[in-house]
Amino acid sequence: MQQLLTILLNGVTSGMIYAAFALALVLIWRSTRIVNFAQAPMAMLTTYIALVVIDAGYSYWIGFAAALVSGLILGALVERLVIRFVDSSSHINAVILTLGLFIVIHALAAIIFGNQFRSFPAPFGLTGRTIGDMNIALTGYDIFKVVAVLIVFGLLVLLFRFTDLGLKMRASAFEQEVAKLLGVRVSRMLTLGWALAAVVGSLAGLLIAGGSLVHPGYMDSIVVFGFVAAVLGGLDSPGGAVVGGLLMGIGLSFVSGYLGQDLVALAALIILIVVLLLRPSGLFAGTAARRV
Amino acid sequence: MSTSVTKSPSTGITTKWAQLTATPVRRHFVAAVIGLIVIFAVLESVSTFRQSQLTSVAYLAIAAGGLTLLTGINGQLSLGHGAFMAVGAYTAALILRAQDGSWVVPVVLLAATAVSTLVGFVVGVAAARLHGPYLAGATLALAVAVPGLALYFSEYLGGEQGLTIPSPAVPTFLDDAMFFITGNDLSSTKFISYISWTLLVVVFFLLANVSSSRIGRRWRAVRDDEVAAELAGIDLGRARILAFVVSAACAGAAGAVLAMASRIAAPSGFTLVLSLTLLSAVVIGGLGTLAGALIGAALLTYIPPVVTNLGLDLGLSSLQSAELAPLVTGVFTVLVILFAPLGLVGSYRKWRFTRKFARKGEK
Repeated sequence: MQQLLTILLNGVTSGMIYAAFALALVLIWRSTRIVNFAQAPMAMLTTYIALVVIDAGYSYWIGFAAALVSGLILGALVERLVIRFVDSSSHINAVILTLGLFIVIHALAAIIFGNQFRSFPAPFGLTGRTIGDMNIALTGYDIFKVVAVLIVFGLLVLLFRFTDLGLKMRASAFEQEVAKLLGVRVSRMLTLGWALAAVVGSLAGLLIAGGSLVHPGYMDSIVVFGFVAAVLGGLDSPGGAVVGGLLMGIGLSFVSGYLGQDLVALAALIILIVVLLLRPSGLFAGTAARRV
Repeated sequence: MSTSVTKSPSTGITTKWAQLTATPVRRHFVAAVIGLIVIFAVLESVSTFRQSQLTSVAYLAIAAGGLTLLTGINGQLSLGHGAFMAVGAYTAALILRAQDGSWVVPVVLLAATAVSTLVGFVVGVAAARLHGPYLAGATLALAVAVPGLALYFSEYLGGEQGLTIPSPAVPTFLDDAMFFITGNDLSSTKFISYISWTLLVVVFFLLANVSSSRIGRRWRAVRDDEVAAELAGIDLGRARILAFVVSAACAGAAGAVLAMASRIAAPSGFTLVLSLTLLSAVVIGGLGTLAGALIGAALLTYIPPVVTNLGLDLGLSSLQSAELAPLVTGVFTVLVILFAPLGLVGSYRKWRFTRKFARKGEK
């Protein structure tokens, strides 16, 4: 019973983070039809920036803010300087481009920050609490993770549903040509979309790093989990990404708890393949029409 | 065409040459024989260090050759070829630890190819129904998942440390024969170098023939237009699965040679970075061309030492310098995709093609 509860709680907290990462992938997929595999090293890089700020003696929160701001800048730069110029006549080009960026950022981080594991602080306690005679593995930091991701989701919903800017972004993702004719600066909206996605990705990176170790490759498996979560939700739907992330978190937590940590990535692969074979457009997608 | 050849003033040699290169299969065969002779000359005249470097060019080229066919000709992107190399390497390790004898090397190569073919079939059946980013994500998951298996079954597969592999003994008759021809002993390093280059020639001969045969044309048709290919009676799934299986088999064979050359099979040798740099090599060389795969593999082998030394000269630590090689590979990949998506070989061919047409236009 206790183990089951621990596994469920772990699943929900890590699921929220996968959801955030999946959301970052979905934001970019919706606006530019690219799966940004470089999201993982981008988040890793901004987490290292936070670590540098914190190690320099500033508080955790200043480091946190620095990471999010640098994520915003990094996302915009990557879109403006690199992604914009890809020849998208073949979908393979864009994917390979993000993988090239993946290698570049990975190597850059290893050169600048070193290739060894470094510990990353957490702002809240990392001990669980006891209720009655049961230990509940819900730490203060876990609660912070869930709340932080929920706040970001709330802000994104506010942005896309209730602001002019959000409407413009949705318009440019939905139908570029028409949006352009109606006076939306589509290219700016794309840059902004990448920047926002990078912020959400950075948040996921920061939350995973807290109280644990960072390393240039520590986000590599997260991009797989985030991608599977996004595919579970249909790759096109932000709400689906959140549900997919939670399902992935709980599912993988069970695999890790009962079968072993080493099989988690394999479980993610099996989930992905089963979902794609049974419902190729994801669990929550509407009927999708593919142009032939 | 044939009449013009016989009428030409030059004598029998050109006719014979024309006959020899009349069909793609014959052309590939001539190229393979010439390749073997060149390899023999080169391997006999370079140092042991160069021999081991050349071994790594060959096995990377075998894996890259399979990948370039899959991605360039069939249009399926795989980020998981490092995983198939791992399958081949671990198969080789398990056999070599249990067996030794004159014929162990061909057995190892065949077994590694067979096992990775099987794994490739299972993954390929799933992959055939995926396209674009979905396939990329699934194979990415494969690349991340397979090293975990080596950790999970650590009592059989050695866990984090991996399996050390005894180097296969040089068969006595081969040693004697080589001594008779060259007057040199066949060292273990040179033996493995010969294995890997001979395998490369055989694999490239087969791949070149497949690529210019009906199967290759089907793969291209599937890549270029699914609907048109299906209307022409091509079974999309079957074509995709076959391409995936062929490509996985190449990667498995390459992994077996890698294991024999490096004498270890460990999860740290088959990280995501291996799969990604393999893809980079293929892209930089030129997607869909075997020459591009060979060039890419050579770049992957020869650039790292140069760049690392450059980094050391510039005052970086050795750990930092070691990371310069992937940095350069990544930057090259980004530049090639942005400015010359056809890669080195593809761009050269296009340039030669346009120049030829420009000249014809002048006349």
